[in-house]
This record gives sequence, structure tokens and C-alpha cells, in this order.
Amino acid sequence: MTPLLIAQIVLTLFVFVMLLNSAAIMVYVERKVAALLQQRLGPYLVGPKGLLQPLADVIKLMFKEELRPRAADPLLFALAPMISATAAFAAFAVVPFGGETTLLGLLREPLRLQVADVNVAILVIFAIASMGVYGIVLAGWSSNSKYSLLGGLRSSAQMISYELSYGMALAAVLLIGNSLSLTDIVHRQAGTWFGFIPRWFIFLQPFGFVVFLTAGIAETNRAPFDFPEAEQELVAGYHTEYSSMSFAMFFLAEYINMVTVSAVATDLFLGGWQGPFAETIGWVWFLVKVAALLFFYVWMRWTLPRYRYDQLMAFGWKVLLPVSVVNLLVTAAGVLYFGL
Amino acid sequence: MIPLNYYLILSAVLFSIGTAGVFVRRNLITILLSIEIMLNAVNLTFVAFGRALGSADGQIIVFFVMTVAAAEAAVGLAIVIGLFRHRESLNPATFTSLKW
Amino acid sequence: MTEAVAFYAFAAVAVVASLLVIAQRNPVYSVLLLIASFGALSGLYVLLEAPFVAVIQIIVYAGAIMVLFLFVVMLLNAPHEDTEYDERVHPLLRPGPMRFGASLALLLAGELWWALGRAGDSGRFPAGAVASVGAIGRSLFTDYAFAFEVTSILILVAMVGAVVLARRDPFDRSVVPQLEEEAQVASSFGAGGPAPPENRP
Repeated sequence: MTPLLIAQIVLTLFVFVMLLNSAAIMVYVERKVAALLQQRLGPYLVGPKGLLQPLADVIKLMFKEELRPRAADPLLFALAPMISATAAFAAFAVVPFGGETTLLGLLREPLRLQVADVNVAILVIFAIASMGVYGIVLAGWSSNSKYSLLGGLRSSAQMISYELSYGMALAAVLLIGNSLSLTDIVHRQAGTWFGFIPRWFIFLQPFGFVVFLTAGIAETNRAPFDFPEAEQELVAGYHTEYSSMSFAMFFLAEYINMVTVSAVATDLFLGGWQGPFAETIGWVWFLVKVAALLFFYVWMRWTLPRYRYDQLMAFGWKVLLPVSVVNLLVTAAGVLYFGL
Repeated sequence: MIPLNYYLILSAVLFSIGTAGVFVRRNLITILLSIEIMLNAVNLTFVAFGRALGSADGQIIVFFVMTVAAAEAAVGLAIVIGLFRHRESLNPATFTSLKW
Repeated sequence: MTEAVAFYAFAAVAVVASLLVIAQRNPVYSVLLLIASFGALSGLYVLLEAPFVAVIQIIVYAGAIMVLFLFVVMLLNAPHEDTEYDERVHPLLRPGPMRFGASLALLLAGELWWALGRAGDSGRFPAGAVASVGAIGRSLFTDYAFAFEVTSILILVAMVGAVVLARRDPFDRSVVPQLEEEAQVASSFGAGGPAPPENRP
């Protein structure tokens, strides 16, 4: 029971609690930003400036009645939200959010601000994203209702289609970063060019960043790619039959997937925790960048109209995948030529 | 330390479970799943031997086996879909029109 | 010590899940149990110091191939094995060819166990260097480059084959009367009001 081990356990719990908090904060941010974009006020009654609104939402959801359709498969109906939520939390386990720290000199060895430091971190994130599809497919199937089944199948088909472009954008970053470990990739983005342009990979891979973020938005089933959840078309898609805490778990899984995609994009393209004084307050820079990407997510949802399903699939296969493949080829040629 | 034999025995058990599945089950999808179990047992053997011999070749063969398994699963399921459309059943005993 | 515990845990999950796969009647449960078995195998690969293969197993097998199986099972919505005899008697207990096949499988397992038990304890893993992902990649693109290219063609052929095999025949005459009826019903909801009475089916 060395102090380092205790610190690591505390860090794991801390990351878990902060992810839950981030979901709550995202609920508030989404409603407030949506309101400001639509020139209205948003939540302002509960707590100062409506800051306690997520708490009120959680309490409401906890007190709702937990329903299960009689024809629904009981085991799968209960299992599906658990799979979604577990995959969402697990993917964040390998994302580093700060450099090594000794907690102001309390520890003898430095502690990596990452729950699990594996040297194939990028592949692990990709693998857990693939597992998240099952929560949705099983939710759609086990609800035994036509809206749910259609929504579930469409949503999972969308997710597995956009995983391809996601992976290709990741592969292009791998070529430049030369390592599968996220910590190494962030370390390679330290320093600046000409003294003021930071060496972030977004400047080397602009198209890769756009492809990655677009595929990430489609992976998390957010607008403009949220046809499977569209209220006008499919009632609520795969989570039609869910209520109370099961619905809250799907909700939670969606927000935490957003946070994970933003965190991975920050680590890969925006330099992670690099910035001035990165050794001590690197995690602050990380939070700022992730917050900027999350704001972009919310902004996209309330600005763009939603894609129709066939337009969505056509975009994923006929536009995004060729762009990501060409990006990979050009990156490979560039790495070979410039000897990066 | 787990000796190599333990991994090989586990792989043999999984392979025989897969074989039993192919023989015993009367549902095309479950037969395909049993074939996947067999392929996985073989993958485990390859990785175990690769580790025992200290070479990367075991993992490379696994890479190829997985690729071939993916291709085979896709085509096999397409055939199952075609068969189901024809006879509305997944029982292999219904597809006996070529029997003499 | 932790390695032994992990090995036995993963091995138990893999064997039990595989047994349940072939014993389950509901194909959706079979697919999910197989995913659990793949997860256990992935853990075994990590124990064998092959993290790349472990993650590829999850991405390809558990994340893609099993999704394909699940889609097919859900879309076909096939009844479970249909005859009443199949409903009454559990698959593993039926007489005839199936019991013969199951006993052959047991015989195979017994023979393998005997053969491997006689091999002695010579299977210690060397404590040498472990192949890294970079070494695998280098070997894959130099020594096995031809096989790599051939698998890419294989995947292309499989994709084309799957699409062609699963396509509905565009000249399938048996579907035409149903399509005509659907067109009539749809036209009766058109913008011009209900269809005239002589056109109603």
C-alpha cells in the first residue's frame, strides 16, 4: 500500500466522479447555450442563474416510475443501458489529462494523470467505442417495439459506418505521432514553431481533425447526425421504452461519450495539456480545450438541421471515408518525404 | 507462471466445444457461431506458441486468421439470408432438395 | 499469483460462455455469450503479452463480426428451431446423429487432454523479449507483404459477394402484386384526396 498506489486509486475514483459531474454540467451548459442561441433565457429559476437545474433533473429522473413493457426481454432490457454506460466510462480510462505530477511534492515518484497507462491506448479507445454499439442494438431489440428496433438498427449502422472514418483519421495521426500511446503523442506536441505557433497536430492535419470531429459527432449520435433519436421521425428511437434511471443511463452515456471524444481529440490534435506552465497547470489547459470542443458540439446541435438517414449514410461512406483515406495517403507521403 | 500446456489444453477444449456445436445444433446461425469458436481456439494456440518461441509470427498469423474469419462470416451470413428468404427457416434439414 | 488467478478466471469464462453458446436456444443470447467468450480470450491474449492481438480481437471479432451476426439475427427474426420435437428435447440430449456427434467431440477432447498431459511440463515460456507492435508491423509489411495484399483483395471480394448474395432480386416476380397493392394504397393517401372508388383494392 504505497502512497503511489493509494494516489492511483484515489485518482480512479476522482476521474469517475468528475465524469459524472461533467455530464451534469453538460446538461446545464446545453440548455443554457441552446437558450442563448435561440434568444431566450433557459433555466434561471432553480438556484442562482439556474445552476442547480441538473440536480433538479436528476432528482426528477430518480423519482419517476421504472417501466418495462411486458413483451420486452427482461434480461436484455436491463442490460442494454448498463452496456452503454459502462463503455462510455471505460473509454475515458486510458485518456491522459495531465502530465506527471508529484502532488506538490507529497509523492516520491510522479503520478501520471491517467487511470490506465497502456501503450496501445488509441486502439483501446477504438475497441471500447465499438463495444458501445451493443448497448444501442440491444436496447432497440429488447424493447420489442417497432420504433425502438428501427431506431436501434439505424443508430448502430450509423455508428459502425462512421467508425471507419474515425479509425482512418486516427491512423493518420499515428503516422505523425509514431506511437500508439496517447501520452507519447501529447509529448510530441510540446514546443512551438517560430516561437508562437504551438506544435499541435491540428496544424499538420487540418482535414484529419475535421474528419475526426465529424465522425466523433456521428459516433455519439449527436446532431446533425441524430436521426435515430429524432422525435419527429422515430418518437425517441432506441430509448423510447425506457424511463427513469435506465433512460438516465443512456443520457449519461451520450454525454460522457461526447466528453471522451472531445478529450481524445484534444490529446491527438490540440496538444492535450501542453501550454505555458504545462508541468503544474497542464490539466487546466486540458479542461479549457475540452470545454471549447464541447461548446462546439452544443453549438452544432442547435445550429444545423438534422441529416436524413440516407443522406447521413451517403455522407459517411461516399464523402467522409474517401476524404479520410486520401488524408492518410497524403500524410504517409508527407512523412516519407519530410522524414518526420 | 502458466505453462504453455495449460493454454493448449484450453484451446483444445474450446475447439471441441466448437466442433460439438457444429454437429449438434440445428440452426444455421449457431453453426456459424460454432465455427467462430473453433477459429478462436486456433488463434489462442497460435498466440501461445508465438509467445513460447519468442517470435511475432504467431500474432501475424492470428491477424490473417481474423481477416479471413471476417470475410467468411460476411459471405456466410449473406448466404444464410438468401436461404432464409427462400424457405423461411434456419434449420439445415429443410434444405434437402438436392438429396437423392 | 495474480497471473494464475487471471488465467483461471478468463479460461473459466471462455469455456462456460462457449458451452452456453451451443446450448442456448435463443440465437441472440448465443451471440451475446460468444461476445463474452471473446472478451475472455482477449484477456488471455493480454496475459500472453500480445496486447495488439487482444485489442484487435475486440475491435474485429467482438466489435464488427458479432455486430454483423446480431444484425442478421435481429433482421431475420427467425423462429427458434421449429419442430415440436426440437422444442421439447434440449439439443444436447437428442438421440441419433446428434448424440454421435457430441460423443465424437467429447472423444476428441479426451484424446487431446491425454496427448497434452503426456507432453510433460516442457512448456515454460521463455523470459525473452516480447514482440512489440512496431516489430509486428515491420514483419507484416516486409516478410508477409504478399499475404497482406492478398487479404485486402479477399476482403474486397467478400464485400462484393455479400452485397450481391443478400440483394433482393430486382426481377422477383412474386413481389410485384404486393408492390402494386402497396402503390394503390399509397396513392389513396395522396394530395389529390382519396382515390376514386373504382381504383380501390
